[in-house]
Amino acid sequence: MLKRRIIPCLDIKDGRTVKGVNFINLRDAGDPVELAKIYVKQGADELVFLDITATIENRKALAGLVERIAAEINIPFTVGGGIDTVDDVAILIKAGADKVTVNSSAVLKPELISEIAGQFGSQCVVVAIDTKMVDDEWIVFINGGRIPTDLRTVNWARMVEELGAGEILLTSMNNDGTRLGFSIDITGEVSRNVNIPVIASGGAGSMEHFREVFFNTGCSAALAASIFHFGDITIPDLKNYLINEKINVRC
Amino acid sequence: MIAILKYNAGNIKSVQNALTRLGYESIITDNPVELMNADKVIFPGVGEASSAMRYLKERELDKTIISLKQPVLGICLGLQLMCRYSGENDTECLGIFDSDVRLFPPVDKIPHMGWNNFLTIKGDLFKGVALEDDVYYVHSYYAEISSCTSATCDYILPFSASMKSENFYATQFHPEKSAGVGEKILQNFLNL
Repeated sequence: MLKRRIIPCLDIKDGRTVKGVNFINLRDAGDPVELAKIYVKQGADELVFLDITATIENRKALAGLVERIAAEINIPFTVGGGIDTVDDVAILIKAGADKVTVNSSAVLKPELISEIAGQFGSQCVVVAIDTKMVDDEWIVFINGGRIPTDLRTVNWARMVEELGAGEILLTSMNNDGTRLGFSIDITGEVSRNVNIPVIASGGAGSMEHFREVFFNTGCSAALAASIFHFGDITIPDLKNYLINEKINVRC
Repeated sequence: MIAILKYNAGNIKSVQNALTRLGYESIITDNPVELMNADKVIFPGVGEASSAMRYLKERELDKTIISLKQPVLGICLGLQLMCRYSGENDTECLGIFDSDVRLFPPVDKIPHMGWNNFLTIKGDLFKGVALEDDVYYVHSYYAEISSCTSATCDYILPFSASMKSENFYATQFHPEKSAGVGEKILQNFLNL
């Protein structure tokens, strides 16, 4: 049986791991490669590396860092941040990334999703969606959560699936950094409305939050950053807990 | 020397990294002579079937692959291209395995992405591997079960997790991304 995945996310700024609280105050949480190795040893199912400043500063994700990560770890990883063209993707894939995430650039230029899927296959395209509830409506934000768009989140999720995305990384900005739990509401709604895997992100603060999002939504994976980086929850403890709660995860 | 086939698909560097971690030297090449002289050849994965086949045919690498006599390991797209036909953009493939490749019916999430265990396993690649061991998959198309199937997995329906015909081996999952279990399977191939 296919297992639900636990994915530590490493937000990268200037080659270091950071985690923003509601995307603003950044705190240093260590060297990405060292952290990645620890997570692999602990049984992480996959890793995500987001160069969170890349879009804003119009930088490309760091291919050199990707090469170092790829040399050290034996599980899949996704890289995102500042990907604007198929050529950017080619560089990251060549450096050893398994998948890439596109976020703002996909909103501004939706055909980018089809172009990447056409060249490298749908399975390598993860569309990251940052969403926030505004006036009772979940809408899509771009540029690291700074700029609202006119897109309703569920509509955009359906559209990216049609364009050839292989997976959606859905971050609720309302929940992100709060440690009060994932958004069951939008995660469930997006999962029901697309036929590609959805990664729940934003708000993990306890082991119970993972059980809650897996039990109540059709998400395929749950992603978290700071609770892992600061050691509040370890992956082996989390997996043992989920297995006891009858959630199917890899031991 | 182990040769990794260079073509327009991703994941090639990952395979080389995995071999390096296991202590093996390898080259990434599309030179037919280097491929034919290698002790083992790995035909890696991740990509789109029709553009990959077009690339192979333009360079006559399709003929080189079929003529190889040493152990060959196809991974993911590599497995699918070693079948007869792929439904991904209506692609005639290499015809090494007597199986066709189909898109999963849309009754569950596609791609089949993540860690899954085995329904059945047999043969040299799976020495020391248990049915409950999980390996990592990322694919929307699957190879039907045929006489070449050597391991099966269940997602939506049972499909070929691994195939073998003479010196040709292949896995739908990514051993190079499947942590310790994957390393065991790669090592079993390298020990052939």
